[in-house]
Amino acid sequence: MKFRGKIIDIACLNHFTRVITTISKLTKMCVLRLTPDNLFFVLSGKVANGGVSMWCELSQANFFDEYQMEGVSSEDNEICLEVTPENLSRALKTVQSAKSVKVKLTKKHCPCLTIAAELPTLSSVSRVVTHDVPVDVIPRRLWHEFKEPSMPDFDVSIYLPPLKIMKNVVDRMKNLSNFLVIEANLNGEMNLKIETDLVSVTTHFKDLGNPPWGDDASQGGGPSQSRDPEAMAEAKVDIRKLQQFLMGQQVNPSKAMCNIVHQRVVHLILLHEDVSLQYFIPAVA
Amino acid sequence: MDCVVTGGNVKVLAKAIHSLSRIGDELYVEPQEDGLALRSVNSSRSAYACFLFAPLFFSRYHIPSGHAFHCKMAIKSVQAVFRSLASLEKTVEKCHIKLDEQKNRLTFTLHCKHGLLKTHNLSFQDSESLQAVFDKDSCANIFIAQPRLLVDTVMHFPPSLEEVTVSVSDERMWVRNHIDEEGEQSKAMLTELCLASDEFDHFAVQSHNSVTFCLKELRGLLVFAESTGLPISMYFDEPGSPVVLSVTDSVLDGSFVLATLSDDPSLHKNNSTRARTPPPPPPDDFMNDDIDSYLIAMDTSIAPNPSATGPPTPPLANSTCSKQPVAANHRTRLHSEEEEEEEEDEASDSDRPPNKKFCSLFFGSVLPPTSQMSTQPMTGQEVLASDSEDDT
Repeated sequence: MKFRGKIIDIACLNHFTRVITTISKLTKMCVLRLTPDNLFFVLSGKVANGGVSMWCELSQANFFDEYQMEGVSSEDNEICLEVTPENLSRALKTVQSAKSVKVKLTKKHCPCLTIAAELPTLSSVSRVVTHDVPVDVIPRRLWHEFKEPSMPDFDVSIYLPPLKIMKNVVDRMKNLSNFLVIEANLNGEMNLKIETDLVSVTTHFKDLGNPPWGDDASQGGGPSQSRDPEAMAEAKVDIRKLQQFLMGQQVNPSKAMCNIVHQRVVHLILLHEDVSLQYFIPAVA
Repeated sequence: MDCVVTGGNVKVLAKAIHSLSRIGDELYVEPQEDGLALRSVNSSRSAYACFLFAPLFFSRYHIPSGHAFHCKMAIKSVQAVFRSLASLEKTVEKCHIKLDEQKNRLTFTLHCKHGLLKTHNLSFQDSESLQAVFDKDSCANIFIAQPRLLVDTVMHFPPSLEEVTVSVSDERMWVRNHIDEEGEQSKAMLTELCLASDEFDHFAVQSHNSVTFCLKELRGLLVFAESTGLPISMYFDEPGSPVVLSVTDSVLDGSFVLATLSDDPSLHKNNSTRARTPPPPPPDDFMNDDIDSYLIAMDTSIAPNPSATGPPTPPLANSTCSKQPVAANHRTRLHSEEEEEEEEDEASDSDRPPNKKFCSLFFGSVLPPTSQMSTQPMTGQEVLASDSEDDT
């Protein structure tokens, strides 16, 4: 197993840092899968994570000027590591002014992702800082747990309002209740609701638009064709999970969407030109 | 005592008090002939700091003649006088510090704009003089750096990090985080920074040593040095003897003395040989590293063994493990330098308690035996710190 990548462009470095910082806000530990073309940050929906799962996909060519990797074997040309995104984020944040940053898989006291940065100085010699972030190498027999989640067979898919606005609403609702109901229909309407013994609050969003999923999407020509555009699909979720997702947003997505499987799961998707982030929040009864 | 500080010097004084507050809970105030000394020491007596403001720093400086006065007070209450540094700079025109002997109060009066007066009457306790015994000039390794360099260095380490290890060779200085127990090592992030000698204003190395000391106090001094723009001098010798950080200009002198972890006793005994061992090589030759040396030889295929870490293949193990020989061997023993302990150390290494760290190495309670503390000046400076527990 070998991996080495090098980032020279400061905008790429900055962007990469923001993506990792976003992920660090969502989860303490996650799995980093390296393939010849992509990097994936994966959180599988285990009970220990509150059933939340995450899938973040980056195209290496958009970030790395050099990228070399050699997987476990030629058939399984992948590397799978358990990482603490917080550590990676902290390491990257301190090297934002670097002339170049290398990310490598190394064997030190334990397997590490080593972030080595060459920092500019006034003197002739560059200053070099290295951060060794310990990782766990995940054996191949466990890889099946970290496959891309399939698109759920959703009832309604809708574009999200600006995340900042949504965050403000959710932050305030958080003070009143622990659970929030997201509901949406095919008429571009979405509501965020809390209901307690004392108060019911609903925020209505209109004219959001519904993404046109192609034939390959599960919605396809299936239920949506026959679905009443006014009928709401809803899911009640842990408000903290939603807040976490909205809080961590450092990447300004070009598209933000939400798929709702009625009373089952909320599937949030952020698309940026070279990054996609999917986040699944299970519904509670 | 009756002193007046005016203009920008008020801020300098305030910054000094903020720096001292990083060290200990009490401020020792000693008006001396050669200036006003403000000192602090931490509770474990492993860190000491002193600022001496020369009479010229003040626009008026009178001290009681005849009897020497010294006192200590809670540093928090003095900090409160200079709480807002921003408004201090804009509004305070002068600061008047006066000892009211009738009421036993130390009075700080801030003369602000528009004739506003703010008076703080602070109570104090009598104390003995606090003085650390150290001699920075005999240190083998001396560095002078602009505060910016050290600020940029410290920035790479997380705020929660307690200790850093500094290693030097003729050409370079390495700073890395110190991980205490081996158990933690597998999970902790290791950070290492390499500085070239020409980034320093002065770089003189006589012995290739590594010392480990607390970062918190260094950060405290950096706050002061950065605001005043004064270069920082750093002096150290060998593991176990203190590192001294100082800032100086014509009217003030600040020194921070920090204990360092003493080295592994086996290495300690072979001090002479160790001094000659070459320093760690640069961890990573940035320009021409070979991807092969980063190969991880680890069996992650469908092996039934759940532990993913198989034995590394020999050639690679060599090439990668040799990268940080010092880190690997740097099993710093925690250690006290009280004299009795020290003698015991010579006698039987294995018997000493393992968990003493950073004990007060520069506050002996007796005169240091000449053999052990030969670096310390033996003249008149043996005014030793009183035990703070006794005073309160």
